[in-house]
Amino acid sequence: MPYSIVDKIWAAHEIAKEDEMSLLYIDRHLTHEVTSPVAFSDMRKKGYRVRRPDLSLAVMDHNVPTDSKVNPTIDELSKQQMDALWENSKTFSVPLLDFYSPYQGIIHVVGPELGFSLPGLTIAAGDSHTSTHGALGSVAFGIGTSEVEHVFVTQTLWIKKPKQFRIKINGKINKGVSAKDVALYVIGKIGTGGAIGHIIEYSGDAVSDMEVEGRMTLCNMSIEAGARTAIVAPDEKTFSYIKDAPLAPKGSEWEDAVKYWNSLKSDPNTKYDKELEIEAGSIKPMVTWGTNPSMVIPVDGEVPNPSEVKEESLRAEYERALKYMGLNPGQKITDVNVDYVFIGSCTNARLSDLIEAAKVVKNKKVSRGVKALAVPGSEWVKRTAERLGLHKIFMEAGFEWRHSGCSMCIAMNSDRLPPGKRSASTSNRNFENRQGPGGRTHLVSPAMAAAAAVYGHFVDVRDVETAEVV
Amino acid sequence: MPEKIEGKAVPLPLDNVDTDQIIPAQFLRLLNKEGLGRYLFYRWRYDEKERPKSDFVLNDPRFRDGTVLVSKKNFGIGSSRENAVWALTDYGIKAVLAESFGDIFYGNSIKNGLACIKLPESVLDDIIEKAKDGKLTVTVDLLNKKVVYAGKEVSFEIEEYARRRLMSGESEIDYTLSHYSKKIEEYERNMKSFIKTNLNEPLKKLIEG
Repeated sequence: MPYSIVDKIWAAHEIAKEDEMSLLYIDRHLTHEVTSPVAFSDMRKKGYRVRRPDLSLAVMDHNVPTDSKVNPTIDELSKQQMDALWENSKTFSVPLLDFYSPYQGIIHVVGPELGFSLPGLTIAAGDSHTSTHGALGSVAFGIGTSEVEHVFVTQTLWIKKPKQFRIKINGKINKGVSAKDVALYVIGKIGTGGAIGHIIEYSGDAVSDMEVEGRMTLCNMSIEAGARTAIVAPDEKTFSYIKDAPLAPKGSEWEDAVKYWNSLKSDPNTKYDKELEIEAGSIKPMVTWGTNPSMVIPVDGEVPNPSEVKEESLRAEYERALKYMGLNPGQKITDVNVDYVFIGSCTNARLSDLIEAAKVVKNKKVSRGVKALAVPGSEWVKRTAERLGLHKIFMEAGFEWRHSGCSMCIAMNSDRLPPGKRSASTSNRNFENRQGPGGRTHLVSPAMAAAAAVYGHFVDVRDVETAEVV
Repeated sequence: MPEKIEGKAVPLPLDNVDTDQIIPAQFLRLLNKEGLGRYLFYRWRYDEKERPKSDFVLNDPRFRDGTVLVSKKNFGIGSSRENAVWALTDYGIKAVLAESFGDIFYGNSIKNGLACIKLPESVLDDIIEKAKDGKLTVTVDLLNKKVVYAGKEVSFEIEEYARRRLMSGESEIDYTLSHYSKKIEEYERNMKSFIKTNLNEPLKKLIEG
């Protein structure tokens, strides 16, 4: 019988089965300051210990100020939560990359870049975007706080094996189109609930051609289509991405690991519960117009007209979204002005994302009245970008060059989109109030966000001149 | 947990109610889970000056004692924040009826005794219609896997594991520890060496620079 990569990893980690639930061993557990405090207090109360601190890693990311390490803007509640993670890490001996660590960053950027996350593993974190790590060829679950505690105490998780959904992306992705556009296109096609109960396995030429960081964007956004998680089989690109990472296996262990990883590819003729094929060549740069990521159109498109929508509940949802977003039916998306540009988040703040944005920004200026932020996904990404001189390109154009953190994706620190203001954002959620109360979010790729910063409104980045930066 | 949950239906006829709406991120900075009910649906429930919005169902006096929330497709999608479940239960919600649920939210609900029941759209529309005047009582019968309202009975499917957990309310961690500790140890002994390599040393080097 042919097995998929998920079947293989699952079988290698399933300790027991009860009814429809598997007890799955978790190889790596990442944690941050927001979803862990209740787990730790309960563990204190019950006298539990962390079973495998050596397979756990705590990082501060959601609340951390991004403006300064020396004189940061921070309020009492954020500080309390960061202090609590510091305290809990000490008490339970969990390694911590704190606010001041040179390796601090967003957990989904830090895990892969340090080699903490590896192919073939099961990974869990109290954060929905944990699906990101699937891009390395791991089965990675976003979990709730009760489950965070369960993983800390037992290093296992009770979980129902998701159904499997193969999305094959054929052909070549056009110039100016990125993994983010592919992700938004897929979500637009299958909807916010299109992959509920499923793990998406991405394959096809366009995915093989995609660099590992692009695959991370793709897997990251899969949660916005309702997927339990997503995965891409590991290949040479994956191996070279992690080979020199500080926590990756070394020497003979590396050789053994690669041998094992090469055996994980889905067998030919594997049966999937659901399948979809997409032609990469038909995908254009995408812009969301509404209040969930499935409300998305190509950059040359127009804001939809609810009166043309047949299904009543969808029509009502469209009307509600247009009202919140302050848009008119039939409006060209390229006529929409932006007030803020946010290049950051676990979706699009890795080095390649910053490079793509810098190519657009170089030798240009941020449009008057637009506030633009570039927020690297980790301090390591920040340092590497600075070595390449990207910070100068951004700053000379008028961008603020920040320290790493979740920042304006979730607005838990002081980086917030003010009420009624409109952003072009490389993050993952355009939900009402997500980037700040009353804020209006349009999700785009890094290059599209950079172009919007320069022109003050959305433009087709395929028509924008770019410069070499590295 | 009881075998039956009974309460007044509160209609929320929307698709895609995401966890950011159930509880906004600013309230995730609290260090405990008690008292989150006051922040439930905060931005839909209150205006910028924190005055209740009269057009939101939870502010309608007829639904103030409602405990069974009735919504549509994809309830609880988005962020993994368990605070969304804590806000619902702290407010007094005991069950949510919807066509489908976000996977992580659904898992979280089971751990907290919040019954999430999947029903077909036509049944939900019927319940929502009948619940409009704030007088409809809905019973979720976990033992017999059916929902009872207005003299009607509708069967539902639920994973056996979820049903058992909801009815027993037993701590999952204690259960795993008492039944599977040996198996976990055994598993760990046989793990591939590149996976179980102790990361403490290299991590310590990173952390200490």
